[in-house]
Amino acid sequence: MISRRDFLQASVAASAIVGASGVGNWAKLAAQQTLTQDDLLGFDTYGNITLVHVTDIHGQLKPIYFREPEINLGIGDVNGLPPHVTGADFLKMFNMTAGTPEAYALTYQDFSALAKGYGKMGGLDRVATILNAIRSDRPDALLLDGGDTWHGSYTCFKTDAQDMVNVMNALKPDAMTSHWEFTLGHDRVNEIVDELPFAFLGANIFDNEWDEPAYEPYKMFERGGAKVAVIGQAFPYLPIANPNWMFPGLSFGVREERMREVVAEVRDAGADLVVVLSHNGFDVDRKMASQVDGIDVVLTGHTHDALPEPVMVNNTMLIASGSNGKFVTRLDLDVQNGQLLGFRHKLIPVFSDVIEADKDVAAVIDAERAPYEAEMSEVLGQTDSLLYRRGNFNGTWDDLICNALIDEREADIALSPGFRWGPSLTPGDKITREDVFNATSMSYPNAYRSEMTGETLHVILEDVADNLFNPDPYYQQGGDMVRVGGMGYHIDVSKPQGSRITNMTLLKTGEAIDPAKSYVVSGWASVNEGTEGPPIWDVVESYIKRQGTISIDPNKSVKVTGA
Amino acid sequence: MELTRRSAIALGAGAAAVAALPISALASVDDAIAAFTGGADMGDAGIDLTTPEIAENGNTVPISVDAPGATAVMILATGNPTPGVCTFEFGPLAATQMASTRIRLAGTQDVVAIAKMADGSFARASNTVKVTIGGCGG
Repeated sequence: MISRRDFLQASVAASAIVGASGVGNWAKLAAQQTLTQDDLLGFDTYGNITLVHVTDIHGQLKPIYFREPEINLGIGDVNGLPPHVTGADFLKMFNMTAGTPEAYALTYQDFSALAKGYGKMGGLDRVATILNAIRSDRPDALLLDGGDTWHGSYTCFKTDAQDMVNVMNALKPDAMTSHWEFTLGHDRVNEIVDELPFAFLGANIFDNEWDEPAYEPYKMFERGGAKVAVIGQAFPYLPIANPNWMFPGLSFGVREERMREVVAEVRDAGADLVVVLSHNGFDVDRKMASQVDGIDVVLTGHTHDALPEPVMVNNTMLIASGSNGKFVTRLDLDVQNGQLLGFRHKLIPVFSDVIEADKDVAAVIDAERAPYEAEMSEVLGQTDSLLYRRGNFNGTWDDLICNALIDEREADIALSPGFRWGPSLTPGDKITREDVFNATSMSYPNAYRSEMTGETLHVILEDVADNLFNPDPYYQQGGDMVRVGGMGYHIDVSKPQGSRITNMTLLKTGEAIDPAKSYVVSGWASVNEGTEGPPIWDVVESYIKRQGTISIDPNKSVKVTGA
Repeated sequence: MELTRRSAIALGAGAAAVAALPISALASVDDAIAAFTGGADMGDAGIDLTTPEIAENGNTVPISVDAPGATAVMILATGNPTPGVCTFEFGPLAATQMASTRIRLAGTQDVVAIAKMADGSFARASNTVKVTIGGCGG
């Protein structure tokens, strides 16, 4: 662990540019035990350019609870560096106090209790209020959406994301990039993009037959007397992490050389400021920023990290704005003659009980939800436990899903993907159909039931572990570890692929998993075309209805070493 | 190597006057390299090998190589049962010494490219390409 002082020296203070972030304001507010909209939105307008960043909203139109991770390991060079800092270490690094609004927003400790006090966060009508305030200071502020917007809720599923498109259009973004968008299918994406009143960018999206760019790589904006180039970088591993049969003609990839070329192209075209609107994931962005010169700002996405200060890599500033609508980043920049001279940054927490809803956008949201309100508000049961997903190895939402798969599908072992999206529910909350969709909504939801040998299970766990814990970020895909029900294991994250996973144990008998023996395995979200089985939300709904009240025991079946 | 129309076109676009010569199965990667270089030392400058970090489809992995001034570039998939992929030869009229093709990879492995320069020296580049079952990114 590095201390906060070391971190500042390694990041903000060491840079040639000067800046200030909003974290000090938060700490002061906490001391005063007050939290008002004016405080949250207060910002001394600075320089000549304002960037506003939202990312990984995952279909969340309304305020939600979202518990940040307890376990978020960094491997190799990034061990102990943000965002691989959680809980008390996070508070110490950023000079925050437990129990305060910022501790609630940014860490996991005492989440259930603090959630009662500070309430839900997010809601795109609240985001609209923040945007209105920023635009009254700086009318031509650029709103940039990092993607994973057209996915993740009941209404988004039912409308093929038209709800998100309509609400985001009301917020008037200037550009976006993408990931889960493509799980709508290539044709649906193009249908939306054709009508989109702003730029859909992806410098790393190529036609895979002719190896030609498939979407606009960048857009140039004139702001504050300067030319601002916004380069889009879509999620590099879409055809691997998601079903490639849904967008068979496209190729993605990190494509570092392509980024170098596009940066050179926009600089040649006179860009004074180069911004990468990225869905790489934080560690991939950190490596890319260290390898590619000429990028001023990377607006990171995909890994759902929220950081109250920029992280500097050489002369590039990395911004992390969280997920699910919990945060909006405002970044004011002073750019003169192609030089970034200074910045002022604030990660604005969207406390939904403090920030008033914008009436116009609230009306758009209500209109999108109204046709589905009755069916999605149906109560299926309630939870005695905090239900959350984020964390490298397990979350109680996935424990619930795995329990449902084992029970409803009569399986020995259940597998649930290590997604990072999905809001939380607090103890005592009702579980509605909408809540289940918030944790499961997708276009390939079939819950399969099949036989796998112990050896196959080991290969799967090793493969996914390497996607998370490969020491080279370019080989990471950015999800968390696949969640396992009915089976325990040990993992040494410091080992190479093939030797991280040991001691696989069938929990119901306590016996070691036999590589040669077959086990009945149920899971969901297979990337294989033609996967058969009921949608996962039906499996989970049936289980919750039968249980009535959900109670999740602490999951002690994964032992982690090497971190 | 099977030359499909698509890869033939890719080759044509990337490099004029290039012949892709299939090389027969060799006992090992080391033998193949020794046969190509005659055991000469290899530098690492002057050759760029571009591969994806993670293959989107292990059956058809796009690779490209750029070795200004090379007369030939040998490509090896070190983890395949038959490591030899091909050798690109560049004649004196070749405008550039670039080539691209698509190769099949049996699993995660290093792809190696070795350029033979006009002065008889050799340069080597190697990239790890991961072939994964995927499916859990989120």
